Amino acid sequence: MLEQYLPLGMMIAIGVLAGLVFANINRWIGPKHPSEEKLSTYESGMEPVRSARERFSVKFYLVAMLFLLFDIEVVFMYPWAVKFRELGLIGFIEMLLFIGVLLVGLLYIWRKGALRWQ
Amino acid sequence: MTAPMMIVSLTALIVLAVESLKKRTETIDPTLAILGLVAAAVYAAATLGSSGTAFAGTVRTGGFAHFFAILFCASGILSIMLSKSYVAKASIEHGEFYSLILFAVVGMMLMASAADFVIFFLGLELMSVAFYILAGFARGRLMSNEAALKYFLLGAFATGFLLYGIALLYGSTGSTSIESVFEQAPRLIGSTIFLVGLALVMIGLTFKIAAVPFHMWAPDVYEGAPSTVTAFMSTGGKAAAFAAFLVIFAPKLTLLSFEVREILAAIAALSMIAGGLFAIAQSNIKRMLAYSSVAHAGYILTGIVAANSYGSSGVLFYLAAYTVMNIGAFGVVAILETKEGGFLTFDDYAGLSARKPFLAGLMALFMFSLAGIPPFAGFFGKYYVFVGAIEGGFTWLAIVGVLMSVVSAYYYLRLVVMMYFRSGEGTFDQPVARLALGALVLSAIAIIWMGLFPSLVVDLTSRFFS
Repeated sequence: MLEQYLPLGMMIAIGVLAGLVFANINRWIGPKHPSEEKLSTYESGMEPVRSARERFSVKFYLVAMLFLLFDIEVVFMYPWAVKFRELGLIGFIEMLLFIGVLLVGLLYIWRKGALRWQ
Repeated sequence: MTAPMMIVSLTALIVLAVESLKKRTETIDPTLAILGLVAAAVYAAATLGSSGTAFAGTVRTGGFAHFFAILFCASGILSIMLSKSYVAKASIEHGEFYSLILFAVVGMMLMASAADFVIFFLGLELMSVAFYILAGFARGRLMSNEAALKYFLLGAFATGFLLYGIALLYGSTGSTSIESVFEQAPRLIGSTIFLVGLALVMIGLTFKIAAVPFHMWAPDVYEGAPSTVTAFMSTGGKAAAFAAFLVIFAPKLTLLSFEVREILAAIAALSMIAGGLFAIAQSNIKRMLAYSSVAHAGYILTGIVAANSYGSSGVLFYLAAYTVMNIGAFGVVAILETKEGGFLTFDDYAGLSARKPFLAGLMALFMFSLAGIPPFAGFFGKYYVFVGAIEGGFTWLAIVGVLMSVVSAYYYLRLVVMMYFRSGEGTFDQPVARLALGALVLSAIAIIWMGLFPSLVVDLTSRFFS
């Protein structure tokens, strides 16, 4: 019974080991020449202005949430598009319904000002 | 046909669209939401005799599912009728309120008609997410925020249990269809994975019905949420979870080993005892009703433990009766509540009969029915589940139930004593909205009607289990 789990156990062990090695290999074998520039926060080449440990505006979370919703919408559309011919008219109407529901949602967040940054 | 769900979903979307398009200063009218629910209920009532499946056999229609659809619509309609004046009073008059109630009703309908664990889970989440938001709808009140956060965190945790349980059941049977999972139950009853899965699903469900030992959230959430929301989630939400209980466990409970029923019986007994005893100590009426709701979960669970048609149809009758009497009780609380969320203690109600004789009379009726005093509907609900328990070999559970009913009379009748035999000072000059009063009168009529002609409902419900 238990030996059935052996491949799974080995996979987990190798996975953990590989993760640890890749995460630390740089630290072990890489050359180290620290300078002030190198140790400062990386902000895409910009001069860091403030500490990164501060409170973010709640708006970021709203945008992230909305992005996720409409992102998933597209995920559902891909398989539908691939199988468009096989699904036929019913599939088309069902997708219209799905998009219609999401459109009501878009209308709602738009009118409620969730897309406005101010 | 899944038309009731479609009608309610469509109405919810229209309400949301209307809310988006209206001007900021305008307030939304709940008529449309009520009409949608009435249409769905009428359709469900008209097709009560049919039976079938939809969406590749994952959703059941007709009969049992439509009975519950009517129940959820009734719960939604009465709550919305009560809410119109309540949300105006609490300055939370937003269209999302009605939309969320409608979405919650759709979720409940999905739960009651699920033939597949995935659909059941989908319905449960749809309902729960709507509830989390509704519980925190009074954004300005600290209590409401606390209720929403508590409900969300604990609810999400319970959902995790449930989902893990479903995963284990799938793992041990290779199917998510409820029927095929339990067809294999006799073969798998010795399998640890299957039993753990079953136990986890049971934990998730007992959380949703607020049965001991998973009842901790109920008093705080019921107290903090806006009163009409509490009325809605303590009736519709509970009924939906019990519907799922029946769908998942009732027909197969005798197939499972006796221990599963023993465990459920213990949960039922503990709920009745703990809910009843804690309710005695409350001075806040909403908290008292919350603990009483825990106790009622115990009574209703008794009918499921019975695992016979008497008990199961008794559960349906009890849920219908509990829906109207609890909405009625919370409705009176919502009408009397002040703008700031006061007037909620037993002492506030002293001498109410002199100031608001009609409201006090209705509240007394709801309390008598909750206590299970004949000829009201609450009595027959208890009668059927206890008879079912005795016939199913759980006489001791029926005895606990009857004893705890006697104890429960104390805290229900304490309110009646307060209203009629104590004198209170101060005047009560809040206007009482006609629509809200209408909901209370409808509930009262339903309670008396179901109390006078219980056989009409029971003949109907027992047909689902024959």
